Parts: sequence; C-alpha cells; structure tokens
Amino acid sequence: MDFWESDELAEHRAAARDWVAANVRPEWAEEQRRSGCHQTMELHALMARDGLLAAGWPREYGGSTVDPGYARAVFDECSRAGLHFDGWATTAMVLHTIRHVGTEEQKRRYLPAALRGEILIALGYSEPDSGSDVAAAKTTAVRDGDGWVVDGQKMFTSTAQVCSHVFVLARTNPDAPKHEGLSLLLVPTDDPGFECRPIHTLGGQVTNATFYSGVRVPDTALIGEVDDGWNVMRVALVYERGVAGPTSVDGTVADDLAAWARGARRLDGTAVLDDPLVAERIGRIAVEEEVSRLLGVWMNWHADRGGVPGPEGSMRKLFWSEARQRHLSDAVDILGAEGLLAPGAPGAPAGGAFEHAFRAAAVTTIYGGASEVLRDIIAERHLGLPRSRPQIRPARTGGPA
Amino acid sequence: MNLAFTDDQEALRKSLREFFESESPPEAVRAAEPLGFDERLWHKVVEMGLPAIPVPAERGGGGAGLLELAIAAECLGRSLAPVPLIEAAAATTLLADVAPDHPWTAGAVEGGLLPTLALHSVTDGAARLVPAGAVADVVVALHGDALVAVRPPERPAAAVPNLGSMPVGDCAVDAGETVVLAEGPDAVAAHADALRIWEALTGAALVGLACRALELGVEYVLERRAFGILIGGFQTVQHRLADNATAIEGARLLARKAAWARDAGQPAAGTLATMALLFASETAFTTASDSLQMHGGYGYTLEYDIQLYFRRAKAWPLPAGDRRAAYAGLPRRLFEPALPDTAEE
Repeated sequence: MDFWESDELAEHRAAARDWVAANVRPEWAEEQRRSGCHQTMELHALMARDGLLAAGWPREYGGSTVDPGYARAVFDECSRAGLHFDGWATTAMVLHTIRHVGTEEQKRRYLPAALRGEILIALGYSEPDSGSDVAAAKTTAVRDGDGWVVDGQKMFTSTAQVCSHVFVLARTNPDAPKHEGLSLLLVPTDDPGFECRPIHTLGGQVTNATFYSGVRVPDTALIGEVDDGWNVMRVALVYERGVAGPTSVDGTVADDLAAWARGARRLDGTAVLDDPLVAERIGRIAVEEEVSRLLGVWMNWHADRGGVPGPEGSMRKLFWSEARQRHLSDAVDILGAEGLLAPGAPGAPAGGAFEHAFRAAAVTTIYGGASEVLRDIIAERHLGLPRSRPQIRPARTGGPA
Repeated sequence: MNLAFTDDQEALRKSLREFFESESPPEAVRAAEPLGFDERLWHKVVEMGLPAIPVPAERGGGGAGLLELAIAAECLGRSLAPVPLIEAAAATTLLADVAPDHPWTAGAVEGGLLPTLALHSVTDGAARLVPAGAVADVVVALHGDALVAVRPPERPAAAVPNLGSMPVGDCAVDAGETVVLAEGPDAVAAHADALRIWEALTGAALVGLACRALELGVEYVLERRAFGILIGGFQTVQHRLADNATAIEGARLLARKAAWARDAGQPAAGTLATMALLFASETAFTTASDSLQMHGGYGYTLEYDIQLYFRRAKAWPLPAGDRRAAYAGLPRRLFEPALPDTAEE
C-alpha cells in the first residue's frame, strides 16, 4: 500500500498552457458567468479542430492521434482559467453509451460527428414531476411507421440552449412495469416541435426546461433496445465520472480561507488566522477536504482497476457535497460582513468567490444523485439493510458490462 | 498509488484480526475493567513482537513500518483489546531513536519492560494522566527541553476510575529512578515525533472501534422490530448508519495515509497524524453514539456491548486534550510548515 500521487498530467502541462495561451480568450470565462451557459462553442470548435475532443477514441469512429494525457491537461488548464464544458461532459457520456449499446450505423453516424464538434448532446432525464425517481418519466415516444413521435417535458436540461440533441428518456410501453417500458432517444433541437426555456439558478448557471410536441425522429435515433432504457441509462452512469478530465471538484476552501485570513487584520492589528474561532473552523475544513480527496482517490483507484463498482462513488459524492456546503457556509461566516459581498462588489474578499461558491454549492447535494438517494444506496447495498422505498423492483437488474 | 495491502500486510491484518477477536472477546474486555489491562494478553502481544514492529531489525525490532502497526492498531480497536500496544510502540520507537544503547531500550524492544509516553510536558514535577501510566515500567516524558525516562516505584498502580476504563496514571519525575535521555531542540522534536506516532495509531484504533460499533448497530436494527417492521427498514435509521459507514471509509483512508506518510518520510506526516486522530475521533464517537441510540433502552444497559464502544470512543483520544484546540492548531501547521513541530498546541 502506498499513497504516492503522481501528477499524471505534469509532462503535458507546459504544452497545454501554450495551447490555452494561444487559443483561449480571457472574456470567455466572464461570458460563461454572465450568460450562465457552461459551454463555450468557440472553444469547443477549437478543441475539435485540434483533435482534443477525439483523443483516445478509436480511429474508425473518428478518433484522433492526440495523446489523451495532453487532451486532459488542456481541459484541466481551461478549468483553471474558469471555463466549464458541461455540454461536452454530457455528450461524452452519451457517446460512451452509443459505443456500448448502439448499432454500427449509429456509431458511424454520431461518434465522428460529435468528435468533430458538430453534435453536442444534453441529458433529458428529469421531468417536472420526477427527479430522483427518474424511472417515473411521463414523456412518451410512440411508434409511427419507421420512426417515433416524442411528446412531453424535461427539466434541468443543462446546456440544451447550445446543444444539437437531447438524450431523452421516454416511455415507449405504457403497459409495462415502471422500469421496463422506457427507451432513450436522440432528439434534435432544431425540430419545430422542440422548445427550450431558460431556468435561472441560485448559482448563476442558466439551465432549461425543454418541451417536445410531436417531435418525429427516425428509428435510428433510438439508442439501445426498445423498452430497455433503464439499463441503457445505467451504462451512461458508469461514464459520469471524469469524462472531461479533472474539473476541480477537489476542495481548496481551507487554502483559500487561510490565504485570506493570513493577510486580514482585526481592528487591534492581529491576524485573523490567529483567532482560535477562525483557526478551528479552517482546521476542520482542511481535515474534511483531505477526507473528500482521499475518498475520490479511492473511488478512482477502484474504477481504474475495473470490476464491479462498490459503494465508493456514492460515498464520495455524499461526503464531498455535504462537506462542501458546510465549508462554504463557514467560510462566509468567517468573512463576517464582507462575506456578503458578491463578485463585482468593491472590496469583496477573493473577488466575491466565496459568496458565489456558497450559492453554487446548494445544488451539489441534489444533482448526480441526491444525498437521500445515495444514503439509501449505501444502506441497502453496503450495509445490507432492507429497501425502504415503496417501489416495484425492475425485473431485469443487470448492469452494464 | 496502490491502496491494496501487500501480501504480508494482508496476512498480518487477517491473523491479528483473528487473534484479537479470539483473545479479546467482550467478556475479556469486561473482565479487565476497571484497570483496563489484561496482563496475560499483553505477554502474548509482546511475544509476537508487536510493540517493536517499527524498530530496525538490527536493533532487535521488527524492521517494518508504522503502517504495519496501524494495521495492528485497527484490529486492536475492533476488539477493544485491553493492552497498551499503542503507547508501548510510540515509546519504544522513541527510546530506540534517542537512546539506542540504554538498557531500558533493550528491555522495551525485547519486551521485558513496558514503556509509555507522557503526551504532555511535565508540570509541577509530574506528568498527569499518562496513558498506560498505571501499568508502565518506564514513562518517557518531556521535562522542559529534556527528554526523561522514569521508572515508577510500584507497578501496576491502583486503577484510577475513568470513562474508558483505561490504565491512566500520574508519574512524578522524582518518584523513582530517572534518567535524562536527550536535551535541547532534538529532544523536543523526538518527543513530538513520538506523539505523532501515538496520534496516528490511536486514529487507526478508533477506525477499528468505529467499524465494529457500526456492525453492532446494523446487527441490532436487523433483528429488532417496531411498528410491525424491522427498524433497519426506517430511513431515519438507515441514513444515520449510511453517514457513519461513509465517514469510517474516510477515516480509514486518512489513518492509513498518515502511517504511510511517516514511513515514506513525507514532511506532512506529523500533521496528517493529527488530522487522522481528529477525524477518527469524531467518526468513532458519532458512530458509537448512533449505534447506542439504535439499541433503544438496551443501549443504556451495561449488559449490551455497545456501551463498551461508546465509552472508549470518547475516552481514547482524550489524553491528547481538547479536540477543538487541535483543530485550531492545524492552519499554522498546514500553511506555515517551516515552524517546528512541538507537542503542545
């Protein structure tokens, strides 16, 4: 056993920084903050042009010869510059799913186009009346000749405002049990029956409600087997981790707070960091951030070795998100009245980053598996406790290969 | 990065888990109270050479690392074994480091003498509430900037009634034969290093304790029925247990990393040891406390085993002092690592 952590991207960092210096415009990060759209299409096109999106993919499906380590380093450097690629992250999840369960025709149609940057895919799982209970989706896809007609509404379809498609979970068999009548379809957003309305959020991100009225798609748009959508979705979940490279979910709240508290002075001239009330809370944040990080290291280590995923992912997400909310709440308290100040306010500590991060953290215990669902999973699968939710178990529970 | 044990480490873990489970069942833990010392078991632990695991082989030790000791401590914690392995290991490592040729060091390494470490400096001529101080043959303490070793006159001393049924005891520096092992900054640094060993190992022991306390809770909620169903089916019950299971995995990783870091000569090892103890302390107490709550009224009785875990979860880290003071000491240690490490916050 050892805990040596090598910076796998180290050898590519210099080249990645050169790429960022040559291609990334500083106003893009500001534009993402202003617009709330966490996907910059100009940047996406440049990454496609240089084969960065296609790194690591098979050549026959449009893969490039670009070193995947270098590509990850470029994504990482862009993250450090404050840029998000949420649309590419969801696209990559869907591409992996197509590669696993799609037909040869679908692979040749969608993969190369997406790796060229011509297709971008948002996820359409949640609905107004179903989030954690995702299999309760009411959106329908009805067979119509050699195609399907999609009707319904999806919620929190993030980056749909710039995507070419939505990966829609729809009910294809209303008579089958809840988990057995679902299918997944790639629905184009340029169809006249498609509508996208913005939803403004606490953290500044603008997500969407998307509407589907009589949107007709060909049979080839249905990914995986008909009525097998529950299992297809589980394939996608396996790829939820790390598709766009390390996008810094690892905490630095303790470091950032300590940096501020070292420089800040009380009225009597003493450093804020020497106030034991402050130091204790920063110390606690540092310990919990180390635990979050180690749980992430543990999760990745398990995933890299293959095999059946255990409780690592659920535990890591649960601990990290809940800890982060506590930490940012403490951070804003520690700043005192200045903790009020948002980005743009004169004299805001760290440019208002704490205020913004505090707001944005509210969603972390909700998206990608709400804390309550994760606790259910840990209790049932790790501790062997009885199922607590009154729900019919799907007949087929086989996960992805 | 490799989070799997080596074959040797896994064999050690498996054999020590079985050893402590068979040698330290709850009846034996109760029988050793109130002093909290099972002399028969201690002799077996010494025969296996556990306290001297990290002492180099050429000095008669096991030639392994703190990680191997952390594995042993985790197994000890699971079974609440009433033996001062952690204190003896920290003191033995310290003696072998600063006084390799002293006869007491040889006695500690060979197992004839039971040494312990006073976590705090001597004040008013005595080290107070030294862990294993009631049963130790040699107490190593920091007296000003001198590292002293004391042979108390009478062992074992009478049990001091305490929350964790631990063999804590005071040690007056002029009460018995006293030698100065080292003086000056090196002595202070050596004592701090031994304290960090104690912290890392106590953290590991608390992980083992927490793990078993969680199992006791899970076992109970899977047999107790209320309102017509197993209480393990209630979400309020499940979610507390799930939080504890998650924290235990984090505490385990941190305790192992702290032990590994010292073996690997990482500069952050001392700080990681404190962090490991802090997180394991909170995790162990929350877990044992929640498990006790799940037991309902039975959890409050002495008959059920969970009370043994509940008391020790709170008691084991206490000799080091108030946890919140240790948290407050962390930022300076983390973000200004040029400052020397000292035992006192």
